[in-house]
Amino acid sequence: MSSETGPLLEARGVAVEFVTRGGHAARALDGVDLSVPRGEVLAIVGESGSGKTTLARTLLGLEKPTRGEVLFEGRPLDYSVRAMRAYRRRVQMVLQDAAGSLNPRQTVYESVAEGIRLHRLDRTDEQGRSEAEQVAAALSEAGLRPPERLFLRYPHELSGGQKQRVLIAGALALRPELVLADEPVSSLDASIRGEILALLLRLRQELGMGVVVVTHDLGLAWNIADRIAVMYLGRVVECGTTEEVLTAPKHPYTKALLSVVPEIEDLEPVVLTGEVPDPSRIPFGCRFHPRCPARADGTTERAGVDEACRLEPLEVLPATGEHRAACHLDRVLSTAPPG
Amino acid sequence: MSAVSEEVEPLLALRGVSVTYHTAEGPLPAVRGVDLTLAPGEVVGLAGESGCGKSTLVSTVLRLQPTGAEVDGEVLVLGQDVQTISWGKLRALRWAGASIVFQGALHSLNPVQRIGRQIAEPITLHEPELRPEQVQRRVDELLEQVGLSASRARSYPHQLSGGQKQRVMIAMALACRPQLIVADEPTTALDVMVQAQILDLLRDLVRDLDVGLLIISHDLSVLADVCDRVLVMYAGRIVEAGTAGEVFVEPLHPYTAALSGAFPRIGDPAARYAPAGLAGDPPDPRSLPEGCSFAPRCSRAVDRCTHAEPPLVEVHGRPVACIRAGES
Repeated sequence: MSSETGPLLEARGVAVEFVTRGGHAARALDGVDLSVPRGEVLAIVGESGSGKTTLARTLLGLEKPTRGEVLFEGRPLDYSVRAMRAYRRRVQMVLQDAAGSLNPRQTVYESVAEGIRLHRLDRTDEQGRSEAEQVAAALSEAGLRPPERLFLRYPHELSGGQKQRVLIAGALALRPELVLADEPVSSLDASIRGEILALLLRLRQELGMGVVVVTHDLGLAWNIADRIAVMYLGRVVECGTTEEVLTAPKHPYTKALLSVVPEIEDLEPVVLTGEVPDPSRIPFGCRFHPRCPARADGTTERAGVDEACRLEPLEVLPATGEHRAACHLDRVLSTAPPG
Repeated sequence: MSAVSEEVEPLLALRGVSVTYHTAEGPLPAVRGVDLTLAPGEVVGLAGESGCGKSTLVSTVLRLQPTGAEVDGEVLVLGQDVQTISWGKLRALRWAGASIVFQGALHSLNPVQRIGRQIAEPITLHEPELRPEQVQRRVDELLEQVGLSASRARSYPHQLSGGQKQRVMIAMALACRPQLIVADEPTTALDVMVQAQILDLLRDLVRDLDVGLLIISHDLSVLADVCDRVLVMYAGRIVEAGTAGEVFVEPLHPYTAALSGAFPRIGDPAARYAPAGLAGDPPDPRSLPEGCSFAPRCSRAVDRCTHAEPPLVEVHGRPVACIRAGES
């Protein structure tokens, strides 16, 4: 399927800058290469302020890159209103806060039908189905069965898990090729979480739909993602398959994130102090160096890269699919002979 | 329950606590016969999903339940029966004896008031004899105790990150030097790294101040990480209790097992492409199923599970409410 076109969605050197109130430029994204093959589940992970949500919005065309470009099926995104409408039919977003994203005065039916009407699929779709049939199909694909029973319900009559499923149904109704989900389960109960994640996997399997999931939850990535991109302060700092990144992490930041996942007992927790710095003041050299645990314990000094960490900027990680990390220490360790 | 709570007077003792809301559609039993004790220096976790009654239970600790809610059983805080003492004694107990960090507390800070003034408020109310500079000093100490610089007192809430706001809420809870702190979902909206920072802070405070801490969460992995003991609640009842390790690693109740499995062990091949979930929704407390209330969602349920509600009995040395818990 993907043989002729390569990746479905691609980011090349994407940067997004905002001007802060003080007149400083804040680089929310500072050069990101990313590629999403058809039918793949990619997890973009990082803390608040890492730029992961800005990246998702940029991939969707809601933010226009200051530098670089986003390509869909190999062609740069066209930001005209008409082209965007066509694009959004094929790439849909599921937002973080299910309770807040549904209109409280709209029934479930209206919420799901809205997208169908906006995209003028309402009379009949390509398979000759009426609007009601399309809504019913989307709801049952999202695990809400029998769908007719929910048509006339309002959001306040639904549980948290049902609301999230209605949002997913709204996205599915347009038969997208890719769904971008921003923290799809973080506001849900533990018992419902697994159900929603299983739903995303099932949609990939049955409809061939790709999923880009933005999350701070590494357990979620382990549950469903094929590949992971770890973000820090506007850059991808490590990428690779889920197994590579989560079981053999290279970047000290990825290692720290993994060590604080509560259920991993055999790792000594490396709790980083402070939070992701202000994107208007990106540190010189490696952007992670002021918080880096490998510098704090002298590892970088012993490896002779400490000066590079402080002074030499790192290159943007290419989206080659290989397991790579943007880290001076890792560069030395991975090229040095073992032992 | 533990040997410690026999010798030392518990900070908190709930004995057969039930809470019923009287609604237009009939009585709603939100909490049904809960026993719980908490000793000084101890961290106890209460796990369960939305609607299981855990937040209602917490509200009874300082008699904050809505009017019209009927509370049965005994709620003892520092030996005083909270549900029957006078308003004057209750007022003294709130903040100074016990304080609660509520869920969604991040949004409950006043947006137009500086942080310092908000922390000072309970102090000036409870200790009106203090001079302004003494209050100021106490606020500075509290901010430092929760890992913020004293200069933060001049910030407004919007100038703080989520993690910093949560630290402010904890500073407020500590303001009147309570012996018991209840934290309802203290890390739910936070990032992994900030969550780890807040959990470290709570652990340090319990150790340094010898307070008792009750944490409520739907995330069993977080509770297992910080708590000494964990109780699991379903449909208003405790269904399992034990040490944090026992409950998380070797759950006996199928519901506990589902909560424990919801957060995969990273590196576990069995969890790859296999997120563990629990089908169905928790029951409506107004029309609980016959017998075990978990049976309709339980993969191990058999016919006799629907005959009677299983009592909380000792199985392998810890209380479990499941008639099949002892079977292998």
